[in-house]
Amino acid sequence: MIRFGSLILFFAVWWFASLFAGPQMLPGPDKVLSVIVVQARTGELFFQVGITLARVFAAFALAMIAGTALGFVMGRTKLADALGDPWLIVLLNLPALVIIVLAFIWGGLTEVAGVLAVAINKLPNTIVMVREGARALDPQLDEMAKVFALPRWKALRHVILPQLAPYIAAAARSGLSLVWKIVLVVELLGRPNGVGFEIGTAFQLFDVTRILAYALAFVVVILLIETVVVQPIERRASRWRTKAA
Amino acid sequence: MNDARRAGEPKQLEVRIDHKAFAAASGGHLDVLHDIAFTLKRGEVAAFIGPSGCGKTTMLRIIAGLDDEFKGAVWRPHSHSLAVVFQEPRLLPWRTVGQNVRLVAPDLSEEALASLLKDLELDAHVAHFPGELSLGLARRVALARALAVKPDLLLLDEPFVSLDEALAARLRMQLSRLMRSRALTTLLVSHDLEEVARLADRVFLLSQRPARITAEIPLTIPRDARSDREVVSMTAEVAKQIAELPPSLTPRGGSDE
Repeated sequence: MIRFGSLILFFAVWWFASLFAGPQMLPGPDKVLSVIVVQARTGELFFQVGITLARVFAAFALAMIAGTALGFVMGRTKLADALGDPWLIVLLNLPALVIIVLAFIWGGLTEVAGVLAVAINKLPNTIVMVREGARALDPQLDEMAKVFALPRWKALRHVILPQLAPYIAAAARSGLSLVWKIVLVVELLGRPNGVGFEIGTAFQLFDVTRILAYALAFVVVILLIETVVVQPIERRASRWRTKAA
Repeated sequence: MNDARRAGEPKQLEVRIDHKAFAAASGGHLDVLHDIAFTLKRGEVAAFIGPSGCGKTTMLRIIAGLDDEFKGAVWRPHSHSLAVVFQEPRLLPWRTVGQNVRLVAPDLSEEALASLLKDLELDAHVAHFPGELSLGLARRVALARALAVKPDLLLLDEPFVSLDEALAARLRMQLSRLMRSRALTTLLVSHDLEEVARLADRVFLLSQRPARITAEIPLTIPRDARSDREVVSMTAEVAKQIAELPPSLTPRGGSDE
């Protein structure tokens, strides 16, 4: 209820601000909404949002899978940590724009180069978080798994992954928003479609209404994913915690 | 006849630990175990009594294969299944009681699992998470998990310590019954002389660190035939043997306790 009220307040502030700023600089929520409806009717909105979403998922999945695997190995073995740490620091401090531009120069203005650039941007952050989790694994449970001769995949699934889950979840949550922001930059610089491309075009035409329409539509999609997919998964994963007597 | 059959049984465990030391934080070595050697036959229950901190847990960890940095050798038959009840329950907090037991024993039938949980009075807690259990219950789940794998060798590290006496006594009875019905080769570390007198075939006394075996006391009356009075007299006998050892070798009342 409070959340809903806060949301109403947001639209009210927006509407008032648009009165002062004028429709050129900041169109009101009603105008933006009507553009969303028009774009949705033509199917344009769904196409562009869908393409961007596909890129977000591809880059997100790539970064999460590779980052979890690398972070786990680095958290478990000293050698891997010593080898990987300098690379990690370089990657963490490389600006997103540099990675994107280099990816397009080296890989051409291709889909693969674009998705890879986004994934590489998210990768170090996932590695750092999962490595932290792997360092905190309980050695007592490890010994239990060893004594009872649990097969590797079983130990991974029942003993190790549940311990890493909070770290992976944290990386995923911050990852989703980070990835979609970077995907937009990639689309602006080197893709012929997607929300980022649309916003780039609107920028050249100074069409603020269209910029806001696409941004808003995409935020709603991400919020939906967050509440319909991410949160239920997290709730289920932490069931054993909340019920503790 | 029982004895004759047992003598013919192949040995289930042969332990020879010549020397085990840890690197001390201050540099140098900390001697933990010295010349520990014994053999267990199938179905035999050996109990180890020693002062706190003498290295009993280290010995169990070596036998369980969790620590291989020692001089000597531990021999177990191949394809030997092992189960350990650690001092802490070591259950997976994100799995229910039933799932925790099922995880290590995927081949156990539903009925066998149910009857095992019933034997240990856990049937009402199958769907509970370990965080919802008391320590006593969690220990019982750890015991159920160990028995569920139908181990060839069972290692128990003070399984009933810090439980109230009535519950510990009940669990001891259940364990003794389960050990009997399955001819479990068992190694039990304990402080409780009565527990040892009730459950064990042979008692080994360990000295203070570095631990060595100072005496072996065979408990000749078969486990299943011991009456309560006999258990009491055997407890006294073990206590007497401990008292007769020279002070430097007594397993109880060490200066570090």
